[in-house]
Amino acid sequence: MKLAYWMYAGPAHIGTLRVASSFKNVHAIMHAPLGDDYFNVMRSMLERERDFTPVTASIVDRHVLARGSQERVVENITRKDKEENPDLIILTPTCTSSILQEDLQNFVNRASLDSKSDVILADVNHYRVNELQASDRTLEQIVRFYLEKAKLKNELNIQKTDKPSANIIGIFTLGFHNQHDCRELKRLLTDLGITINEILPEGGSVTNIKKLPNAWFNLIPYREVGLMTAKYLQTEFDMPYVAVTPMGLLETENCIREIITVIKNYEPSYDFDFESYIDTQTRFISQAAWFSRSIDCQNLTGKKAVVFGDATHAVSMTKILSREMGIRVSCSGTYCKHDADWFREQVDGFCDEVLITDDHTQVADMIARIEPAAIFGTQMERHIGKRLDIPCGVISAPVHIQNFPLGFRPFLGYEGTNQISDLVYNSFTLGMEDHLLEIFGGHDTKEVITKSLSTDSDFEWSPEALSELQRIPGFVRGKIKRNTEKFAREQNIKTITLEVMFAAKEAVGA
Amino acid sequence: MKNSKITNTLTFDCETGNYHTFCPISCVAWLYQKIEDSFFLVIGTKTCGYFLQNALGVMIFAEPRYAMAELEEPDISAQLNDYKELKRLCLQIKHDRNPSVIVWIGTCTTEIIKMDLEGMAPKLEAEIQTPIVVARANGLDYAFTQGEDTVLSAMVQRCPTSSINEKQEQKSSLVLFGSLPTNVATQLNLELERCGIQVSGWLPSQRYVDLPVLNETVYVCGVNPFLSRTATTLMRRRKCKLISAPFPIGPDGTRAWLEKICDVFGVKPIGLVERENQIWESLQDYIALVRGKSVFFMGDNLLEISLARFLVRCGMIVYEIGIPYLDKRFQAAELDFLEKTCHQLNVSMPRIVEKPDNYNQVQRIRELQPDLAITGMAHANPLEARGINTKWSVEFTFAQIHGFTNARDILELVTRPLRRNQALQNLGWNQLVKS
Ligand code: SF4
Repeated sequence: MKLAYWMYAGPAHIGTLRVASSFKNVHAIMHAPLGDDYFNVMRSMLERERDFTPVTASIVDRHVLARGSQERVVENITRKDKEENPDLIILTPTCTSSILQEDLQNFVNRASLDSKSDVILADVNHYRVNELQASDRTLEQIVRFYLEKAKLKNELNIQKTDKPSANIIGIFTLGFHNQHDCRELKRLLTDLGITINEILPEGGSVTNIKKLPNAWFNLIPYREVGLMTAKYLQTEFDMPYVAVTPMGLLETENCIREIITVIKNYEPSYDFDFESYIDTQTRFISQAAWFSRSIDCQNLTGKKAVVFGDATHAVSMTKILSREMGIRVSCSGTYCKHDADWFREQVDGFCDEVLITDDHTQVADMIARIEPAAIFGTQMERHIGKRLDIPCGVISAPVHIQNFPLGFRPFLGYEGTNQISDLVYNSFTLGMEDHLLEIFGGHDTKEVITKSLSTDSDFEWSPEALSELQRIPGFVRGKIKRNTEKFAREQNIKTITLEVMFAAKEAVGA
Repeated sequence: MKNSKITNTLTFDCETGNYHTFCPISCVAWLYQKIEDSFFLVIGTKTCGYFLQNALGVMIFAEPRYAMAELEEPDISAQLNDYKELKRLCLQIKHDRNPSVIVWIGTCTTEIIKMDLEGMAPKLEAEIQTPIVVARANGLDYAFTQGEDTVLSAMVQRCPTSSINEKQEQKSSLVLFGSLPTNVATQLNLELERCGIQVSGWLPSQRYVDLPVLNETVYVCGVNPFLSRTATTLMRRRKCKLISAPFPIGPDGTRAWLEKICDVFGVKPIGLVERENQIWESLQDYIALVRGKSVFFMGDNLLEISLARFLVRCGMIVYEIGIPYLDKRFQAAELDFLEKTCHQLNVSMPRIVEKPDNYNQVQRIRELQPDLAITGMAHANPLEARGINTKWSVEFTFAQIHGFTNARDILELVTRPLRRNQALQNLGWNQLVKS
């Protein structure tokens, strides 16, 4: 048992549901107790979905515990088949089904006899994988299912398209800025003269999966979802894939270079002047390169930052801050424990220390210890930052509704670099502004404490009290000092000793 | 009579139970805030944790007095000793927070693996010297607000049987049950005081150490419609006398509730009718908005009957009252009141659907095109996109809706989508899905 208050990655079934509901005309049926369809709320609220989330539950209740759920599961599948005519129904196990140990595969086999739609059982185990691993697995499972099916039916055409083309794999619902990233990636590929073959799973149709092998290669923008599918397609169909996340100027360039290499492999005569494309984009279309030269960014040099998030975003952000902006990343971390080795390797040389944990209290302690000038993390880090008075830019899931902006906010590609520059700059200047306000009396000070600045106050601080003051984290030190002196003034105390400090602390409860 | 098709009695249906609601463990969200010296430990899986973390939203960042005891694979396969594990966690909680009571919330998983929480609690309680209350608020058996019912009915056992000053307690006293924000509880206390009745305690009290005295001289009365187990426990285990009344939701409900209590205590309330009328008077602007409009309750929190009754009184037409579970005995007075209200206003009786089927309900909503659907957040946006006004049902659980004072808040919620429509109605953007 583990005492837990908060988690970064959700349970496995969420991953499966995210993939399933991203496809068009795919319905997921959860084998779960009443109340576990909370996913529908999240999708409807966070994504502001206009359509009903294609997820229902086959409810596990007392009756089911006593009699088994076969009858009900089969009935629910065939009912959904008739009501919605989906192409595919995915039976999704939950923590509850993991321990009931019923033969869900058998129910699926039974139900598929009476259903027009395909029916599969998501192959995920609640106790072994988390949300992200499950989504990766489910996507691969669906792709494999349809390609094998096409092969059996002799419907598989693995001929490549005439012009260079790509599949984008891993864009899905409730993903951090995924919709915007997708649009930006399409633009990038179009610029390179590459057509989009299929995008999976968001908005994709399972009937089109058999066309995947027609693309020249697969682009996997995120580390968390899509790699399994890419590897499967590579082994089965000899399809190359590019898995460099095009986030930040340098990595976008790397990604483009890899894509070009892949294409030249097929078509040596492909003559796109990518050198000048990259150069123009970097120096003139994107503002990020110019921003790092500008005096604004100069002021950020050597400032301390902390980065935490999923593997993709934390790695990219760490590299951007340290390589492209000259910011010192004191600690870079991820909650993707299953991908720790890759993470370490990627951020090596770009940060002082690495933290791999899914325990948010460890992250909070690290931040409190380092006292960075800004944090780049998830919603959790934003709240830690609030408590410690450190600004935070949100760069990764888990996220809130405000991280599903209506406006165009990609993190990837050249437009992404602009967005990231804004995010970084705003986080730091906010912090600076706050700091200045703090020094000059604070913007929410309700009463005048003293006419002069507290630095030239007429109090005597005993050496012990002074060293205690030095131990207080910088961002609250000024406040504590002021509060203590205010207290001393009220009490008519001239010399501030340790006792006075503590009494002042008790008096204001801070 | 213009309305010849009026059905004269309430009809009750039961569907498949395929509906969306919150898991009952969500009750920790409001109970830990209500009982200030408590700590809630939910013994379950990541699924439970994920739900709470997302449903509680920002509350989660305020160091709440609740936590998950997250079961991992070795716990499930019984490689680890449950008792030792729980002891380790509870000692840590005691050390960090020193609560007056730890409430264990049993979940689906503890049910299925048959973890003997009730058996372990007394032993561990004796060992660590902190009371441990066990409530099985899981999704196998209950819906949403019923979670509070399981916790309160477990707490009944912990209430003292007699006070220190026993002689004084001979005459009958009144204890109210149901968790309400403190100021709402105070408002109800005051309303009763005006009638000359002193409330001697609440279950739950603001602090665990102040739980009310319960014995055969005590009259108990519920303030919420989902507390049927608590009512039963109070009667069976503590021999308390249950006052069955409509619930104090809406001015009509509040007056009926007060009158019933007064009746039991042999008090003649003064000025109640005037007070009710006064409140109605103050609601006129809102009532003008809702009068004649139709409403459809999809059903997910058990407040539905009382709210429907109030809305009928406001002049609305209720097509359907979906409800997760209906205890006809505990809600008898409320059902009766609903029926009477419909008769008085000469509107047809709504259809009550227990364990509704959301899919079927959406079909019915499409057919009936109600002016307002009261529904969960899973369906609200999709219905709005199809031109159906919605109000999220969960808000009724968290808003202050009890007593005379808060009647306006209910209408504030109900009319919100209607008022929004007034602002936007001429834009012609009601249908926002491609057909
Ligand atoms: S329904 Fe059961 S498994 Fe799901 S959150 Fe509730 S208690 Fe946990």
